[in-house]
Amino acid sequence: MRAIISLFLISVLAWGIATALNEIPFGAAKTKVGEYYIGRGKEQTGASNIVTSVVVNYRGFDTLGEVTVLFVAAIGLGAVLATRRKKEKRDVEPASLVLYTGCRLLFPLILLFGAYIFIHGHLTPGGGFQGGAVVASAFVLVYLGCRGRRISETASKTVESLGGLVFIVVGLVGLAVGGGYFLSNYLPKGELNSLFSAGIIPIIYIAIGFKVGSELAGVIDHLVEESE
Amino acid sequence: MGISNAFDFLQNHVYYIGSFGLIFIGLFIMLVKHNLIKVIIGLSILETGVNLFLVSVGYISKGTAPIFSKSAMEAAPMVDPVPQALVLTAIVIGVAVLALALSLAIRLYHHYGVLDLRRIKELRW
Repeated sequence: MRAIISLFLISVLAWGIATALNEIPFGAAKTKVGEYYIGRGKEQTGASNIVTSVVVNYRGFDTLGEVTVLFVAAIGLGAVLATRRKKEKRDVEPASLVLYTGCRLLFPLILLFGAYIFIHGHLTPGGGFQGGAVVASAFVLVYLGCRGRRISETASKTVESLGGLVFIVVGLVGLAVGGGYFLSNYLPKGELNSLFSAGIIPIIYIAIGFKVGSELAGVIDHLVEESE
Repeated sequence: MGISNAFDFLQNHVYYIGSFGLIFIGLFIMLVKHNLIKVIIGLSILETGVNLFLVSVGYISKGTAPIFSKSAMEAAPMVDPVPQALVLTAIVIGVAVLALALSLAIRLYHHYGVLDLRRIKELRW
């Protein structure tokens, strides 16, 4: 019965959306602002990845809000799960030698790859969020493969807070010395397509990478702790 | 004639159909299933559909990724970067929402001993 009602509701919804989408041609340019970013982004921000210049520079304030959402969610997860923390030490079965050694071999390589992604965020596809997710996946590997090891909570909290602080301080300095608005790009733009270019964008993306990586690692830590 | 018309229709609408297909599958799961984990999976599928829809709205015919490189300084048309930036942020928020929902599911399971929404009081419909 419930399935039939739901199917009916969804088909009504689908009919309405299909009627609306008929007016939106696929593959046509729809916004002026996208053209503006593509046409002027190179000169204005110095980043060759236009998506990065939108995320960190043009709409950097949005990104700050989004980082805050992620932070609040991580805090909320910690608060929800931390109410019953008994701290009993259960001895887990150690992984086999092959798995353990493989984990220890792969862990730094995955960290390196994550760092590469967020350092080159202004040049190639990628950036702080993606690189942070890769860094957190290295911690997933440790939690699955080298059981018993875990990250220090103080270290992850410190890295996370420092990442957020760097973001905000860089933005506030822009308010003081740069164009007079939050997150204005006041550092030299450098040469397009080189690593040291795009002013504050790589700095902010590295900070976001550290912040997202430590936050997601903390989330994984909480969930693993709960499941043990 | 009919087949080529259908092919044109599919070529122009396949991304819309696919993304809204995902959205409706997710919505249906969320409305019908009783297991909390399945509801969360439905939420995740719905979110994937929305992200796919946003990216496909920003597509411009024959456009490339909005990234300049040494070989393509003044490139052919590029797709709209704004929906891509929005989806980039939406994915990260989706991960956070998923983690929070799973943690609430864990707490509910500890409290009630089941994940069936029919047997969790105050959540019946």
